[in-house]
Amino acid sequence: MSSLAGNHLLSIEDLGADGLAEVLDFAESFSEVERRSVRKVPTLKGKVVASLFFEESTRTRLSFETAAKRLSADVLSLAVASSSVKKGESLRDTVETIDAMGIDAVVLRHRSAGAPHQVANWLSSARVINAGDGAHQHPTQALIDLLTVRQARAELVAQSSDGTGLRFLNDLEVLIIGDIRHSRVARSQILAYRLAGAKVRVAGPGTLLPASLDGFDVELVEDLDQALRSADVVSVLRMQEERGSGSFVPSLHEFTATFGMTTDRAALLKPGAVITHPGPMVRGVEIASAVADDPRCLVLKQVANGVPVRMAALYLSLSPSAVQDV
Amino acid sequence: MSEILFIHGGLLVRPDGTAQADLVVRDGVISEVGVGLSAPGGARVLDASGCWVGPGLVDLHTHLREPGGEEAETVASGARAAAKGGYTAVVAMPNTMPAADNAAVVAQVLTLGKATPIDVLPAGAITLGRAGERLAPMAEMAALGVTLFTDDGMGVQDSGLMRRAMQYAEGLGVTLAEHCEDEALAAGGCMNESALSARLGLVGRPGLAEEAMVARDLLLAEDTKCALHLLHLSTARSLALLNEARSRGVVVTAEVAPHHLTLTEDLCASFDTVYKVHPPLRSAADVAALREGLAKGSLDAVATDHAPHAPQAKDRPFDEAAPGMLGLETALALTIEALGGEGADPVRVFDVLSRTPARIAKLRAGDPRLSGLSSHGGDLSVGEDANLVVIDPSARPVVDPDRLQSRSRNTPYVGRTLAAGIRHTIATGAVVVLDGELVS
Repeated sequence: MSSLAGNHLLSIEDLGADGLAEVLDFAESFSEVERRSVRKVPTLKGKVVASLFFEESTRTRLSFETAAKRLSADVLSLAVASSSVKKGESLRDTVETIDAMGIDAVVLRHRSAGAPHQVANWLSSARVINAGDGAHQHPTQALIDLLTVRQARAELVAQSSDGTGLRFLNDLEVLIIGDIRHSRVARSQILAYRLAGAKVRVAGPGTLLPASLDGFDVELVEDLDQALRSADVVSVLRMQEERGSGSFVPSLHEFTATFGMTTDRAALLKPGAVITHPGPMVRGVEIASAVADDPRCLVLKQVANGVPVRMAALYLSLSPSAVQDV
Repeated sequence: MSEILFIHGGLLVRPDGTAQADLVVRDGVISEVGVGLSAPGGARVLDASGCWVGPGLVDLHTHLREPGGEEAETVASGARAAAKGGYTAVVAMPNTMPAADNAAVVAQVLTLGKATPIDVLPAGAITLGRAGERLAPMAEMAALGVTLFTDDGMGVQDSGLMRRAMQYAEGLGVTLAEHCEDEALAAGGCMNESALSARLGLVGRPGLAEEAMVARDLLLAEDTKCALHLLHLSTARSLALLNEARSRGVVVTAEVAPHHLTLTEDLCASFDTVYKVHPPLRSAADVAALREGLAKGSLDAVATDHAPHAPQAKDRPFDEAAPGMLGLETALALTIEALGGEGADPVRVFDVLSRTPARIAKLRAGDPRLSGLSSHGGDLSVGEDANLVVIDPSARPVVDPDRLQSRSRNTPYVGRTLAAGIRHTIATGAVVVLDGELVS
């Protein structure tokens, strides 16, 4: 029972089941705004959202900035490549400088785990939305995945998923495959799916599993084919070459052969099962091109849900703790 | 000459037990010990009632940062912090900039140390620039009085080179002190490898990284007969390896840091970089094993690993922040806490904080010491150098970062109520700390 309203979004751990349901329901409402002719609401008029991306990202940054603009917030965007950070300024100084300009929220992407927690402590009053920190958390990506899966499950029984909370998620069996060790998406997904009541299983080579699974409420898959046959949702993770994932397996070819989402493996899925991928996909490595283009693969729907989910996160986080309807 | 001191009403802590007695210090040495003595004429009377009186503490592991890191600490500020913490001698780690890997830097630190009220004994580097590639001129440094050599901050990674260093050091009669962590296994990590590090997405430094090097060095010491001192052991399994080697007759000493006796890895969940240290904070089970090892004697000494850092070294993401925390001004109380708090045996407290470290650093009376350095870790007998500390075991000071003598503020113990306080520190007969305050 922990609402995002008025709070930071640093980790899925910050949300209770009710808080999770609340964000998903708000996101669904905001996707209605997306379908209007004037796709803008005055909700955050006069608020300033700073977008600080200390790590390369185009999609997530655009998605957050678009979300802030749709809510009529002013967006202050720090391009790290041309900033004082390159001149050796510390993270704390950068954050305190931005803070002194008067901001209401910071959207932060950083290659170091925990940076958003530290920034939240250094800021005077602004809210922090974690847009991905190292291998730790990427909460909005997990929220996007859950919303997308919820919509797909509702569609399966020809229902709307509006206002359905966690109802379409609580009996799912989710299988997460690949580089879990380096994946902030996996860490957020595991927490979010478990919070929703789903069962989570993970599969990957031993070197790409976290140093310990004891801190996660998941089951390690022993027979991948069997797990694929029973899964409702398969979350395929990207091989993160920038974090050196490649050196954890003998070759990408061998990884694809053992844990890639090939057409043969996709053929094992039961009817109604769906595949998610946080993007960007490395076709031919963790996912075969034909599978990426298969209608069961929800990747484009996930992208489409990016803006409304981030609108919901910004809106709730910047609300006083009691929220009104949109 | 220095004034006459009359230390009155305290419990003298000797190696074999405690006894109520008074003590007179004259000309920098203990001149009289006895029950019911009266103050000599003109003596300054130091009240020690309710207190333990013992030899000044000796730290085997202090980072004084000078030369090169003066914003974080200097020899002078570190010496003040040491005296405030009850220390009368510290061993200065060689990971300065430049490193103490030659006689010139060693001589500089010695000179700076002589300008402080306490004794500063520099340790030398094992390899040039602590780079782990070529041996540093150990004989040249030993000739200046260096007794301990270490690449601390890092272990010597190359097993062949470490073997060679031991063969060379054995001939010189000096001790090699190893920071045990295999960097390939530590993998650039920043906290203990565990279920928690996995959840936090932080790369872990597994206990295995420490234990593998402990095992290697114990075998090398067994073969070379070189005197080996293991720095800041932090895991139950390191301790088991140590005990196993001793049962085979390997001669080795080992220290533990106060933070490894009192803090656990859970604190890293806050991503507060004050808790980042190498070797990292471990599990509660490790802490329990280390406390038991300290009480039972398998760990010989408590050494602070006092590691001051300027704010900009710590106000960084957890994986980029500098490792290390302050130790000198809190170590005594934390050691008492680890040894059972109010039930702690004062004899053991002075064993692990003064007498054994003095033996390991060769700073006792009778050791062929460096000229100008006094003797430490004594029995409180007449004639020995008056390096003394008066500890109030009933004081309960609260750690206030603004009252630290260190130039840095990176203590993980802010707000903690300590299990004892330093009342007086006497360095070669001079009162350096009086009633808990530094004498200017």
